[in-house]
Amino acid sequence: MSAEAVQVKRAPSSGAAASKDVRKAFSSPWASIFIIALTVLWTLPTVGLFITSLRPAKYVANSGWWTVISHPHFTLSNYNEVLFKGGSGGGLFPYVINSIAITIPATLITLAIATMAAYGLAWVKFKGSDFVFFAVFALQVVPLQMSLIPLLRFYNLGVHIGSVPIFPALHLGGTYYPVWVSHTMFGLPLAVFLLHNFISQLPGDMMEAARVDGANHFRIFRTIVLPLSAPAIAAFAIFQFLWVWNDLLVALTFAGGTPKVLPLTGRLEQLVGQYGANWQLLTAGAFIALIIPLIVFFSLQRYFVRGLLAGSVKG
Amino acid sequence: MGVSVSVPNAVVIASTFSTSVGKIGQVVAVVAVFFAAVLLIFFAAGRATGRFQRPLTIAIFVGPALVLLMVGLVIPSFRTAFLSLHGANSAHAPYVGFKNFGWAFTDPATQSVLLNTLAWLIVAPVLATLIGLTIAIVVDRMKRQALVKSLIFMPMAVSFVGASIIWKFVYDYRESSQPQDGLLSQVVIFLGWKHPPNWLLTHPLNNFLLMVIMIWIETGFAMVVLSAAIKAVPDEVIEAARVDGAHGFGLFSKIQIPMIRATLVVVLTTVMIATLKIFDIVRTTTGGNFGTDVAANDMYSKSFVQNDVGKGSALALIIFLGVLPLIAYNVIQLKRERANR
Repeated sequence: MSAEAVQVKRAPSSGAAASKDVRKAFSSPWASIFIIALTVLWTLPTVGLFITSLRPAKYVANSGWWTVISHPHFTLSNYNEVLFKGGSGGGLFPYVINSIAITIPATLITLAIATMAAYGLAWVKFKGSDFVFFAVFALQVVPLQMSLIPLLRFYNLGVHIGSVPIFPALHLGGTYYPVWVSHTMFGLPLAVFLLHNFISQLPGDMMEAARVDGANHFRIFRTIVLPLSAPAIAAFAIFQFLWVWNDLLVALTFAGGTPKVLPLTGRLEQLVGQYGANWQLLTAGAFIALIIPLIVFFSLQRYFVRGLLAGSVKG
Repeated sequence: MGVSVSVPNAVVIASTFSTSVGKIGQVVAVVAVFFAAVLLIFFAAGRATGRFQRPLTIAIFVGPALVLLMVGLVIPSFRTAFLSLHGANSAHAPYVGFKNFGWAFTDPATQSVLLNTLAWLIVAPVLATLIGLTIAIVVDRMKRQALVKSLIFMPMAVSFVGASIIWKFVYDYRESSQPQDGLLSQVVIFLGWKHPPNWLLTHPLNNFLLMVIMIWIETGFAMVVLSAAIKAVPDEVIEAARVDGAHGFGLFSKIQIPMIRATLVVVLTTVMIATLKIFDIVRTTTGGNFGTDVAANDMYSKSFVQNDVGKGSALALIIFLGVLPLIAYNVIQLKRERANR
């Protein structure tokens, strides 16, 4: 690689050319082969999963998925099986509904509360608003594990000091509420941080002008801030959607007891044990769980990347 | 297989659909009520005048988030710290001082859990960042780089549970006399290793194989972020370095890498924080057996399976203390950047 690099000597015409120059040093045929090999390596496991989910059980039991090249046999019966039958605990279909029912409110409500907080911290400056912002930022990395046990007890038992009840037990077991509220709580630090970064950069003179015209903060928020921050809100919406959809820990802790509210990830984790070596069923189940995030991801990748960069490459 | 169900399929499906419609209806209602309430509060509070106006505005915008964060993260964290100093049973557990922490660092099983966590914390983030950086540099000159980037990035969208099933299948073991269905076994047999081991049962190799899943997921993240950082290095800097005689690999290692060092550290710490909290991968693939357990999974098992709240809380606190220096670093970094602005 370095021998290649030494040969690269072009006149420094512009910075962009110079930067290309550097990349050229890495673009030997070996580099291309390396990248192609890596991409294949990265993709092959998912391809294998998908192909297996389409193969009849007897072939899956007797041969690897790569043999479909010479013996193509496909069926959709695995999907019918895992969605609507699926042995004890039933098919996956109700769990897909649970995942949708958990994810949509957990995304929308988090976004609403976070956007409001981000606006409040950025534009309704008050004593300590900077401190609050940094505190929220720091909370971003408090592990969920730190709050699971007390939060679960709070939902189930309420708050007592001694035997004096301060806050009643909510008796929300078996409903979506604890899952929605918990996801909102855990999503807020990152949401407030990302949206604050964006909203605080909005042009101040526009808001000033609106205020001169007699608009209050609520009106400014609705008519100026919300439309202008749509790209940032979209970026975070994708994040939160994927995060909630893919979550297992919160789901097991706050919805683990009952199939009435357990999402797809939770059920899938049980199926690993239940289906054991029936790979055609397990792979079909896994693919059902993958397909929605993959659609969201590939259709909205641009916003997703933007959100990612806003969160990690600061400044 | 135990999959035959006596109820006719159509009946099952019909009843499932009707419950589903009810659930979705509930969701729509909750979301509608929430947003209607927000609008109503906005409308009512907008009418307020006088000296209550400003505090009211602040309370409405920032209040809900702060209350949720207090109830959901701040107070529970202190409570967990408190519980970690107490015994197993939750209701009237006796104060035991630092006994739970003493147990965590002396109990052989838990020692191995902590060692595994440490190995994860080093291996997975470093490899993910290195591979991501390599791809970010090399891929820019290639044709179809968007496709390559999308495919490498794709695992980011997949759940840890889904990723674990994908890789559990890759690692699937069968007697070497039988036709193989695990990709890894098939490949090594093809390469001449006639009797590959049962991968996920082979310690300590299985730990590394599980880390591969994490690397598979996080490399795309590292690639995207680092690629953006490399493109953001100002042209003048490279120009100046070239005038001074730097080129090719030297230019890259002496100029570009130092220019993106801050981003490299951010990527590394972000992946580290994610790794420290890793739970789903171990739980789905091995359940923490065969010497693969890590702190976050052990914390879950202790707290919710064995109901030993004291030990579970102690493990949560150990995870938190591991994350703390990383948070501190990121906060300092952010403050510095804000000061520069």
